[in-house]
Amino acid sequence: MSGRIVHIAFNTFREAVRDRVLYNLIAFALLLSGAAIFVGQISIEIERLVVVNLGLTAVSLFGVVIAIFIGIGLVSKEIEKRTLYTVLSRPVRRWEFIVGKFFGLAGTLVVNTFFMAIGVFGALLYVAHKFSGPDSLIFVALYFIVLQFLIICSLALLFSSFSSPLLSAVFAFSLFVIGSFADDLRGFATLTSGITRWIATGAAYLVPNFSALNIVSAVAHQQPIAGQLVLQNTLYALFYTAMALSGAVLIFERRNLK
Amino acid sequence: MNARLRTTIVAATCLIVSLNASIILLRNIDRIRPGEIAEDELYINSPKMVKRASLGFDGLMACIYWTRAVQYFGHRHYQREYSYNELAPLLEITTALDPQLMPAYHFGASFLAPAPPNGAGQPDRAIRLMEYGIQQNPDNWRLYYDLGFVYYTELRDFKKAGEVFARGSRVPNAHPFLKVLAADMAEHAQDFSTARLLWSAAYESSQDTNIRQNAVEHLRAIQVEEDVTNLQNAVSRFVERNGRIPTSLWEVASAEHLRGVPVDPDGIPYELSIDGQVLVANPDNFPFITKGTPPGYKPGMPTFHTKR
Repeated sequence: MSGRIVHIAFNTFREAVRDRVLYNLIAFALLLSGAAIFVGQISIEIERLVVVNLGLTAVSLFGVVIAIFIGIGLVSKEIEKRTLYTVLSRPVRRWEFIVGKFFGLAGTLVVNTFFMAIGVFGALLYVAHKFSGPDSLIFVALYFIVLQFLIICSLALLFSSFSSPLLSAVFAFSLFVIGSFADDLRGFATLTSGITRWIATGAAYLVPNFSALNIVSAVAHQQPIAGQLVLQNTLYALFYTAMALSGAVLIFERRNLK
Repeated sequence: MNARLRTTIVAATCLIVSLNASIILLRNIDRIRPGEIAEDELYINSPKMVKRASLGFDGLMACIYWTRAVQYFGHRHYQREYSYNELAPLLEITTALDPQLMPAYHFGASFLAPAPPNGAGQPDRAIRLMEYGIQQNPDNWRLYYDLGFVYYTELRDFKKAGEVFARGSRVPNAHPFLKVLAADMAEHAQDFSTARLLWSAAYESSQDTNIRQNAVEHLRAIQVEEDVTNLQNAVSRFVERNGRIPTSLWEVASAEHLRGVPVDPDGIPYELSIDGQVLVANPDNFPFITKGTPPGYKPGMPTFHTKR
């Protein structure tokens, strides 16, 4: 069982690499090195802040875009090319296919993030000339970004399991935007009453809370991150991902592929 | 030459020619409508709106807005403009996006508070910015120092300046000179020695080259203003004693038993106008002086010195 998931995951990763997904690393490197060199010339006293903010924001945005645009095609492309039938005609369960695809995409994003992290630390070394203790907090921010990717991958797969690629992209991106406003949505819920309050509160808890996973500003200012936050965010991301993947499996199991 | 190679060459040539033509045309269009590009316009001026639109990437947006503020101020300052309408909103958006972005407060106050063309001439907005900064970072003593500085240098409100320095001196790890400044504001606020102490503190407490250069210029200006004040008093005494305006500062120096005509911080002797006003030989070398300049003098671009 696990061997089959690993095979599907590895093939998904290989397919993403063949699709030249990792080419975004070139754009990322140019962006960071350009920022590291030029910002010092056109602004005042924010070279380090820009490298950390821009680096982590770019890692996050590049990853979100990759997660959405690859995730939405993972199932539909296999159906369109009819390769799904070849896979499912073998002793592979549908849920294994979904979970394998998820791990393949997540693995692609982790490798991508790893190379980008090298870029961020390289640029930081260029502007600051040395690393300091609080710079290790960047690892925590990167870890939270990877947790975001897991959630988005699972959501993209969920939408991909029942919708067209275009609509899946719209749904996934909309959820990313709404998830960034999750705290505001909760604030709005407290201002309302009655049924509206119930609906708003329900929506606020149903959408993924990306603002809780965003600690870029705090890390840029070298503020400490509580161990409890790391633990709770990890559990939150894992449960949310499991929820979305379960939804994807439930839908895909019942989907008529004829 | 095969057909494929020919197509490649033609397409590549076409691409290069079109690219160059579009650049040349765009430059021509810019010349036809000058000023359109550097429009003094801020399309979204609500800090809350910008924060929401940043989708959680507010740290990066703050860096972008801070860079915009620096560029906006730098461009207008270089052009010797007198209006800086968008500076305060840019700084308010920057600090709303990232309330811990200290350069936006330190430099923002010194961009906003001084009278044009050295600044925006908006000390009230500078005070609001600094009070917001203190509210967000109550343990940062430098913010109290910068706020007191605005009250002292721009509003000449020594009571308020003293209060702010005293507030700052109570912050944990505050620099000891805040206590000295708070005491000086009460008794010797208008003395040159107090101004010198303030700018010396600014010089000593910062590692930033721009802040230190600015402090050096102000210290040089204080020296000139003190010299001009003393010399002008000497000229008045000469007029009282002799009933006429002295013909030169040599005459004043010998009447006052000085060793020679005093010199400015660049080593150039001060001059005397025919109506008895003490003047600096090269006022452009002292961008922040308010005394010793000829009537109708308009300051040029400041030239910064690195040594005190």
